[in-house]
Amino acid sequence: MIELRDVTIRVGKFALERISFRIESGTYAVLMGRTGQGKTTILESICGLKPISSGQIMVRDTDVSRWSPGEREIGYVPQDLALFPTLTVQQHLEFALRLRKAAPKQIAERLAELSEVLGISKLLLRRVQGLSGGEAQRVALGRVLSFRPSVLLLDEPLSALDETTRQEMHALLLRVKESTGVTTLHVTHSESDAVALADQRLVLSDGQIVEAK
Amino acid sequence: MSQPYVPPDDANPSVRVQRKRKSDLPFFLVMGGLSASFVVLIVLLIAADLMFTSFADFRDALMKPEIRAAFRLTLLSCSVAAIMSLWVGTPLGYLLSRYKFPGRWLVDTLVDIPVVLPPLVLGLSLLILFHLPIGGAHGWQLESWLREDVGFPVTYRWPAVILAQFSVACAFAVRTMRVTFDQINPRAEDVARTLGCTRGQAFLQIALPQAWRGMIAAGTIAWARALGEFGPILVFAGTTRMKTEVLSTSVFLELSIGNLDAAVAVSLLMVLMAVFVLLILRAIGMRLTA
Repeated sequence: MIELRDVTIRVGKFALERISFRIESGTYAVLMGRTGQGKTTILESICGLKPISSGQIMVRDTDVSRWSPGEREIGYVPQDLALFPTLTVQQHLEFALRLRKAAPKQIAERLAELSEVLGISKLLLRRVQGLSGGEAQRVALGRVLSFRPSVLLLDEPLSALDETTRQEMHALLLRVKESTGVTTLHVTHSESDAVALADQRLVLSDGQIVEAK
Repeated sequence: MSQPYVPPDDANPSVRVQRKRKSDLPFFLVMGGLSASFVVLIVLLIAADLMFTSFADFRDALMKPEIRAAFRLTLLSCSVAAIMSLWVGTPLGYLLSRYKFPGRWLVDTLVDIPVVLPPLVLGLSLLILFHLPIGGAHGWQLESWLREDVGFPVTYRWPAVILAQFSVACAFAVRTMRVTFDQINPRAEDVARTLGCTRGQAFLQIALPQAWRGMIAAGTIAWARALGEFGPILVFAGTTRMKTEVLSTSVFLELSIGNLDAAVAVSLLMVLMAVFVLLILRAIGMRLTA
């Protein structure tokens, strides 16, 4: 569950005032709106990278507004993916688990499971440079799914993909949703993303979030 | 009714006739000529040194125990100063690149002071810092405390050589590391934090491994700056033979006693050391890139 209660975010001269919305557990929500309205800022505030000026951010019915990003246990995939250039694909999938000091057996099992689901088993030993757009998306998704977050934030993850790869990613995201039940907030400009994936549509317009039918 | 699009050349054949292919030769002549002037100057300088001295003079100069001691101290002090510069320059460059904190502009300006300050002034400032009595004429003094209480005197000893070199070399290391971190996307560190990293872990596990090229560059520049340092060493460490003499001060000492052959031989040795270190570091850089 994600809920924003009267959240105000100020970044320089840009401000979002008293934003409120709620996404129930297990729901796949898409957030749409024109460029420059502050969609990325909202995601960054939810995952703790941008501080809020006032209001409350609730995740799993807990106020996480003052928690550090790592404490929130939220999976965040930014628009540019921000893969780690010095790590291999396998190291990406293991990264969060190693931070949590998971047992080697546990890491190996999760690695096998994720690489199978994401279809990246053959890429495990490669570095991320030179991966195709679709492969990079899968690695970025695997990196956050590895620690089984209860909330997933996706910032235009499919914007740079061709139509075929985009449809493959739709199918993959639906599989992830069904198998994990993760609550997802997906920022997109694409109507096809919304049609294929959304249980709930939110639109950011003139600094306010409204629910679209 | 709209007109069909006609390419300009087809619309006016005379334009096509007038547009002659222009040669790129003037561009390369001007750019190459200006660039070559500097490269040729360096080559001429080294060639003049080589022509001035003979191999026998060079060998004789290097066999002198004072020069050998200066060579050893130079290698040691430059390496320690470069490592210290990297040790301090990496975190400072990272902080200046990533964070906006009160007084950042002041820190940024202060870091550049050793770069623009006349070297002798820097040496004098170090000397004053270590000998300034605090709390009256017979008050606490840093050098006295180090000598009497810690048992580690600095001024006019080898630590002063390293400190004088570090004071200048570190400024260059900080600049290089700041530019390095400016060029690394901070988003990856942000994502690492959402995955559970502390800021420290994000720095060590994500930012630092991406900065190795910059660290090699910063280390090289710091080492080279330390090698060429003269003024602060002269004032703060002195030029005592077999104790605080480094190669840059050897050149000065040999010149001051009219031994031009030895001065040129030591200069050539410094050129060789600089080229050797640069080649090794470039080779390390290329191997890491491959």
